[in-house]
Amino acid sequence: MSTDTFPAGRPADRLRDGDQPADRAPSAAARKAGGVAGWIDDRTGSAKGVNYLLRKVFPDHWSFMLGEIAMYSLIICLISGALLTLWFVPSAGHTIYDGSYVPLRGQQMSEAYASTLNISFDVRGGLIVRQIHHWAALMFIVGLTVHMFRVFFTGAFRKPRELNWVIGTVLALLAAIEGFAGYSLPDDLLSGTGIRAMEGFVQTAPVIGSYLAYGIFGGPFPGEAIIPRLYSAHVLLLPAILVGLFTAHIVLVAVQKHTQFPGPGRTNDNVVGYRVMPVYAAKAGGFFFIVFGVIALISALFTINPIWAYGPYDPSPVTAGSQPDWYMGAYDGALRLLPGWLEFSFLGFTMSLNIALGALVLLPLVYIVVGVYPFVERWVTGDDREHHLLDRPRNNPTRTGIGMAGIVAYSVFMFAAGNDIMAIKLGMSINDITWAFRIGLFVLPPLTFWVTKRICLSLQRRDRDLALHARESGRIIRGADGSFHERHDALTDHERWILVQHEPVEPLQLTPDVDENGVARPAARKDRLRAKVSHFYFKDAVNPVTPAELAAAHHDGHQAEAIEAPFDYEGIEGDSDHTPGTGGQGADTDAGRSEAAERGIGSASRLRE
Amino acid sequence: MNEQDSQPTGGEVTPTGEFGSGAVRLDQGHVIGDGGIPARFENPGFPPHPHRGTDLDEGAAKRAERVVGGLFILSVLGTLGFIVAYFAIDSDATVFVPGIGMTNALHLVLGLTMAASLLGIGLGAVHWAKTLMPDHEEVEMRHTMRSDAEHRKEFGTILGEGAESAHLTRRPLIKYAMGGALGLFAVPVILPVLGGLGPMPGDDLSVSFWNGDQEEDGKYPNKPLRLMRDPQNTPIKASEVTIGSVFHVMPEGLLDLEEHILEAKAKAAVIVMRLDPDDIKVQKEKDWGHQGIVAYSKICTHVGCPVGLYEQQTHHLLCPCHQSTFDVTQDCKVIFGPAKRPLPQLPITVDDEGYLISKGPFKEATGPSFWERGSA
Amino acid sequence: MNALAARRRHPAAIAILLMLGLLVTGFAYAAVAPQPAKAESSSAEDVAAGKQLFQANCASCHGVNAEGRATGNGDKIAGPALAGVGAAAVDFQMGTGRMPMRAPAVQAPRGQVQFTQDQIDQVGAYIASLAPGPAVPSEEDVDASKGDPAKGGELFRVNCAMCHNFAGSGGALTRGKYAPSLMGVESKHIYEAMETGPQSMPVFNDGNIAPEDKRDVIAFLKSVEDTPQQGGHALGSLGPVTEGWFAWFFGLGILIAAAVWLGQKSA
Repeated sequence: MSTDTFPAGRPADRLRDGDQPADRAPSAAARKAGGVAGWIDDRTGSAKGVNYLLRKVFPDHWSFMLGEIAMYSLIICLISGALLTLWFVPSAGHTIYDGSYVPLRGQQMSEAYASTLNISFDVRGGLIVRQIHHWAALMFIVGLTVHMFRVFFTGAFRKPRELNWVIGTVLALLAAIEGFAGYSLPDDLLSGTGIRAMEGFVQTAPVIGSYLAYGIFGGPFPGEAIIPRLYSAHVLLLPAILVGLFTAHIVLVAVQKHTQFPGPGRTNDNVVGYRVMPVYAAKAGGFFFIVFGVIALISALFTINPIWAYGPYDPSPVTAGSQPDWYMGAYDGALRLLPGWLEFSFLGFTMSLNIALGALVLLPLVYIVVGVYPFVERWVTGDDREHHLLDRPRNNPTRTGIGMAGIVAYSVFMFAAGNDIMAIKLGMSINDITWAFRIGLFVLPPLTFWVTKRICLSLQRRDRDLALHARESGRIIRGADGSFHERHDALTDHERWILVQHEPVEPLQLTPDVDENGVARPAARKDRLRAKVSHFYFKDAVNPVTPAELAAAHHDGHQAEAIEAPFDYEGIEGDSDHTPGTGGQGADTDAGRSEAAERGIGSASRLRE
Repeated sequence: MNEQDSQPTGGEVTPTGEFGSGAVRLDQGHVIGDGGIPARFENPGFPPHPHRGTDLDEGAAKRAERVVGGLFILSVLGTLGFIVAYFAIDSDATVFVPGIGMTNALHLVLGLTMAASLLGIGLGAVHWAKTLMPDHEEVEMRHTMRSDAEHRKEFGTILGEGAESAHLTRRPLIKYAMGGALGLFAVPVILPVLGGLGPMPGDDLSVSFWNGDQEEDGKYPNKPLRLMRDPQNTPIKASEVTIGSVFHVMPEGLLDLEEHILEAKAKAAVIVMRLDPDDIKVQKEKDWGHQGIVAYSKICTHVGCPVGLYEQQTHHLLCPCHQSTFDVTQDCKVIFGPAKRPLPQLPITVDDEGYLISKGPFKEATGPSFWERGSA
Repeated sequence: MNALAARRRHPAAIAILLMLGLLVTGFAYAAVAPQPAKAESSSAEDVAAGKQLFQANCASCHGVNAEGRATGNGDKIAGPALAGVGAAAVDFQMGTGRMPMRAPAVQAPRGQVQFTQDQIDQVGAYIASLAPGPAVPSEEDVDASKGDPAKGGELFRVNCAMCHNFAGSGGALTRGKYAPSLMGVESKHIYEAMETGPQSMPVFNDGNIAPEDKRDVIAFLKSVEDTPQQGGHALGSLGPVTEGWFAWFFGLGILIAAAVWLGQKSA
């Protein structure tokens, strides 16, 4: 719009000179579709962004749905939780129950418990909403846990997604706390016992314990403050943080685009899958309804937390089998395993490590260890590249082993929380079970690491074998000289790709402690540690078949494998100690290592930089 | 280009050996070919697209359409069923379900119809997407996350120039004063929160209802109190406590409290047992008891669950929360589990009428450990 | 005959036989069970018959005159002395099939009842004749319909739930012992257990829990048994452990199956 040449006419018209005539929609149908959207776009200009989102491509794999199980369960929790707030009374004030559940009529109880009974028995459909809320909460944390497993074992946490991994870890921690706050609200005998134990944990914090406990409970346990405070945390504070972080989590997924499994045509620079409109919208949207439907079905058929059966909270009674919900089980289990001698007197003060370690230390520790793992692995590998292609878990045996060992350690703690249930259901002594868990805590994780790693290495060798020699067809052919061969079916390039696509790896090599001028390098000690850890990660790596190896396999006359001796290296000079099973794994032996050192390939060269 | 190609990791060419150029021996470790053969396999690109039945056969497509439509109709029926059930089913009505037994009909039908309503939509939409929506996978390109060098540089420039133009660097008074203000402004928000959370514990954790109400000089009366049955709130005659019996006990007056009854219970709950005096191995336990009747705090010294599981043959007290096991014959010493300290004993005797009474309060804090419990 | 022989090896045969056996014992038991307990009206013949039964079936552990017997292995006993335990203890132990004990164990499990109610009463009369002890409760004492389940629930939570669990599903004790499930236990046996304190269980004599309070506890337990499920299958009424298992295996299982179906290419 020009301002120095006014056209003739009424002065007011000049103000509208630059305006474009409004676009007319080309057809009635398009006008209809664009009606509301157009109205919004006129005011927000959002069409471009929305179009981008609708065209976005998401790769398809069942394991990518695990996070959606968590996401949808969270949404179901938000919906059902909002309904429950309509009836729940977050008050520890005393009341006499006169509702329709006969076995509790006339009992003294808190208003929180009475209103939960009211939801369960006197609000039509209230119990189904309550059970949906609780089952969805369990499924939320189950879902986010297996989602976390998937991300871990496929290496999806690597650059650029470390930040999102940390956000996810915080989400997992908050989800567990949110769950604890939630199941503590009804103030029934079981949840009250849980709060009682929580008060016990807090009280054991060194120096400040009793002050902390009186601060949290607003005075002596149980007091009347804890229910309203937990309520405000459960419905306001924690959900706000959860939803905020969860939004950031999802936005980062969209910005960084989803990772994908390797496969023919899939590279680190593309993402292969279905567009949001229409396929992914239908699938993901449909999956929301499936998750909701399955949770509704479970809630219809299976009781969860029958608070009416527990009775109102009272610090004097207790029920056998007092356990927290599963995601708090590990810490409760730790308390069952820790021995009493960890409590001791210290200058006249009492230090209760038997409690503090299990409750106050282990809970944050689990999430801290999980949260920092990507940074540790990045330090070990020195790998600063972006990774959008997932690892097959077998192709990183050490990481997979560490993950499985971690899961087993956590599970030992978690199962220990069920030692009394196991004792009655398996007819065993609770003392023996507790001792088995105490020993298992030290024995099982290393054992799991070793077994997992061996399984991964075997699977990798199987992949190599398959890539080199293809599938045994089962057809035996007799040669002209009377020898027998089994024909091997060839792999197509597409079939082979998945077996050979991953990167070869090597442990970092030690650089000399002194530089070429004989001056000690300041970083030598750090590098030594790093080389050691790298060695631990990669020393027995099984690397993918290279085209040269495949060519050699064929050249070597292996197109038709001799049944009697699939590999016979006897005739080849030297190195006869290489067994066929580990064939190709030079890094297993000293010879291989020194050879690799000479070659100085891969990440080793990065360390020297 | 794929990930692996973006940074070659291959090293030198291995010796070619007797097989000539391009071929290598298989026993030499992970080997990389020389010029004739590439170091890595090439990504072969997309495999051929297999067509679905519904793409090729209009009959199959029609069937899929009917299934999807049927599922959506199931959802509508589920919703209608929910509405009908909500109004029609009595909240006390029950129905027999195999595997569950008699169960509340309203809850069951509401849940099942709701599930049908939701699953109908979900399964229908997914089946629709799988069978009738396009199944050609699309490719979207990625870009590295980092902004280009120009933008990164510009970012630093903007920040620097902004600080400069705001005189931040030239006028240190503003810089430090602002730092101080921002550092402190949260205090007025946090202080009332911290200050208002709760009272100071004082000696509260170390005394219980057995001590009586605190007097004006800060002392406690520590008067004898009768042991009352929980929840009946009746006094207990020593003769009623037969060998093998266990009584759950509250101090006299506690159950009559109008308020703070749970707080009082949480510290004062007591469990009373009678053993054959010959079974008791600790003299103090005998002295604080009455003819083999002994009273111990019921609150676990671990995290405070009630320790109520008394095995009358072994005289073990077990805590159901974390399985701390206390031996009543040895002054409730911990013989298994995570607790460290024995349960505190309440000294008892009988009054003129033969009812059990306390000889005084607990001599130590009941319940879970805390830092200053030893010094109280 | 041949057909029968062939079917004998059918996998269902054992199950059918078991069912038949259970049904027969059930009916046989039902036929004798409702007879009123003749608590105090035991005659000299009953005592004599009881003594005979005792010596044939119980004396190997409890001694010929019910004086108890040691195993000779430390201070372990084969069976305790029974003077003063009363007819109630006999009725409980034999009436729930705990005695005669089939094999040495940390605890006698509930089992199949091996005697008729008349025989049990005779043994009870014999034991009661040795020294006074708690008698078998009257019908009136154990009539759940006359009790107040709400009050019984309160008593149950303070006195019983810590071992037997909030819903009477049972719980673990130390070293392999356990508090058994109370579901499906006859009212009079619940009463007798409180009265006599069998095995690890402490005694809740009438001075501790009055007879009408015991009836309230029974009323509470019967109401737990008879109340229809409110929210579906109770998953054993064992608390959050089973719920967690269920979420992991059933809930996650179904959802993963759905996810796999969703991610699969359509044929």
